[in-house]
Amino acid sequence: MKTNRAVRTPGGLSVRLDVRALAVTLLLLTVALTASVVLIGTGDFPIPAADVVRTLLGEGDAGQEFIVNELRLPRVLVGLLVGASLGLGGALFQAISRNPLGSPDVLGLGQGATAGALTVIVLFSGSANQVALGALAGGLVTGFAIYVLAWKRGVHGYRLVLVGIGVSAIVTAVNGYLLTKSDIVDAARAVVWMTGSLDGRDWDQVWPLLALCAVLVPLVLANSRGLKMMEMGDDVSYALGVRVERVRLLLMLSAVLLTASATAAAGPVSFVALTAPQLARRLTRSPGPNLVASLCMGAALLVSADWISQRVFGAGQLPVGVVTGVLGGVYLLWLLVTERRAGRI
Amino acid sequence: MSDGNTHSSGTNHRRSTVNRLSAENVTLAYDQRVIAEQLSVEIPDNSFTVIVGPNACGKSTLLRALSRMLKPAAGRVLLDGQVIQSLPAKKVARTLGLLPQSSIAPDGITVGDLVGRGRYPHQGLLRQWSAEDERVVQESMARTGVAELAERYVDELSGGQRQRVWIAMALAQQTPLLLLDEPTTYLDIQHQIDVLDLCADLHEEHGRTLVAVLHDLNHAARYATHLIALREGKVIAQGAPNDIVTAGLVEEVFGMRCQVIDDPETGTPLVVPAARTARARRTAPKVAATGAS
Repeated sequence: MKTNRAVRTPGGLSVRLDVRALAVTLLLLTVALTASVVLIGTGDFPIPAADVVRTLLGEGDAGQEFIVNELRLPRVLVGLLVGASLGLGGALFQAISRNPLGSPDVLGLGQGATAGALTVIVLFSGSANQVALGALAGGLVTGFAIYVLAWKRGVHGYRLVLVGIGVSAIVTAVNGYLLTKSDIVDAARAVVWMTGSLDGRDWDQVWPLLALCAVLVPLVLANSRGLKMMEMGDDVSYALGVRVERVRLLLMLSAVLLTASATAAAGPVSFVALTAPQLARRLTRSPGPNLVASLCMGAALLVSADWISQRVFGAGQLPVGVVTGVLGGVYLLWLLVTERRAGRI
Repeated sequence: MSDGNTHSSGTNHRRSTVNRLSAENVTLAYDQRVIAEQLSVEIPDNSFTVIVGPNACGKSTLLRALSRMLKPAAGRVLLDGQVIQSLPAKKVARTLGLLPQSSIAPDGITVGDLVGRGRYPHQGLLRQWSAEDERVVQESMARTGVAELAERYVDELSGGQRQRVWIAMALAQQTPLLLLDEPTTYLDIQHQIDVLDLCADLHEEHGRTLVAVLHDLNHAARYATHLIALREGKVIAQGAPNDIVTAGLVEEVFGMRCQVIDDPETGTPLVVPAARTARARRTAPKVAATGAS
């Protein structure tokens, strides 16, 4: 049962490792990368996995190189980054609100980003990049609004969830209004965007996401020990010397940025932010926010879902958001049911 | 009791350089609601100080201020001669521990893991789990009698065991000062005594200073070496229970008539509330007999 191991150096440095959590994280990372390679090989022009790897290492032929590096790799990278951002963002939100319902899907961040995107699509008929910027702005404004409205001597879990649900309801109404105002072409475009899709993503979407993750992920992980203490309530964490308000503000800001930019890149891919942390937690069986495991779970979930949607329904037929909803939901229910049998909730 | 009051205010200024923890003329308020004004309290070093008073007298609020959870609207709380808010958070956490009422055991956490979290103020990014941490956690669990529960899940434990686990976590913090906010709430009588006995032991070893808020005046009188009686945000009396607990004080603080007799076990004051008139008439002879014997 005891899986914690401490690694110590003679110099007085010590690192604590949860062996099971580490194994789960590595496994999820392997799943995510394997699914990526398979996904790159999938399409109208199938490429064997070995050739994909060879091409990625720069030893493929010119034709394969074009298909892999220019067409399919950026799409898969966007998928990995979006999944990772949603998984991490969801884990942060759920840890801060101490509530699985406190995830961006429920809080209305996805709806907020959608409102931004719909505004650009319906009112300005903007380009794909403008839609992404609109979604980013919508997500950030919504996140800010939730934080300000929920602020009362610190953000408390239920308050955050309830305010989020209220904001979500308002924004959903706005989205409905925008859709009814739009013509049929814009409406179709809007609906596809709203389901979440990776179709036609290229390097322009990869770089900003990658840069953001490169800054935010280390920042978040550096504060994760404080977040772990905050699980035990604000008073206990203050008593342990955590600067609770500072850590919370920093992590919420990071979570909003991660979620909003992921949504801007791929649309509101449903359920990943809600399920990835819950799935990761059940696999690692470790208390605490399980940030890295959630990140890897998000990436694995999204890329696998994209592969399934292409494999089963053909490229461009079914947006990935539909599959993540089904896949994540079913897997979570299955885990909950089997755990109930094992006697733990 | 007015003696106690004069005594404390007369020596307040001089003492603040001696005792490690004190509040000087603090005004405590939540938003606009003022709980206490111009309140000064000294926590004598190496004492087991218990704060008592009726509901809403500000005892928990005072404890929150002393543990820097609540920033005073005016005045200051001093720890080792410095304003507590000006000290680095982790440094305070290595000097002063707190067992709050509102603590949440994370889902699926084991006793050993929870107690281990008390080591947070001693750790850093590169010093996450030293041999010293391991040793202190084992010692804290042994000290509170939860060592054999180390691998159990906290949510499977009884209320009394769980409270011991939280105390073990606070102990693992290794602070010379330990503050406890109503540590016996929701516990059965035997577990209340159990926790208080543990607190008394912790106070006696290493000259640790304990400050607790307690509901039960008799528990307070039995275990405290220093008692602070609060009413409506003011210190009505403070000092050793034997010196200050009188029927007059109890009436002034709690607005309740009572007799104060000697605790047959410890010789400390034991407060026996006066019976209601109707019942008193029926049982009066018995009470008188007990009083006489």
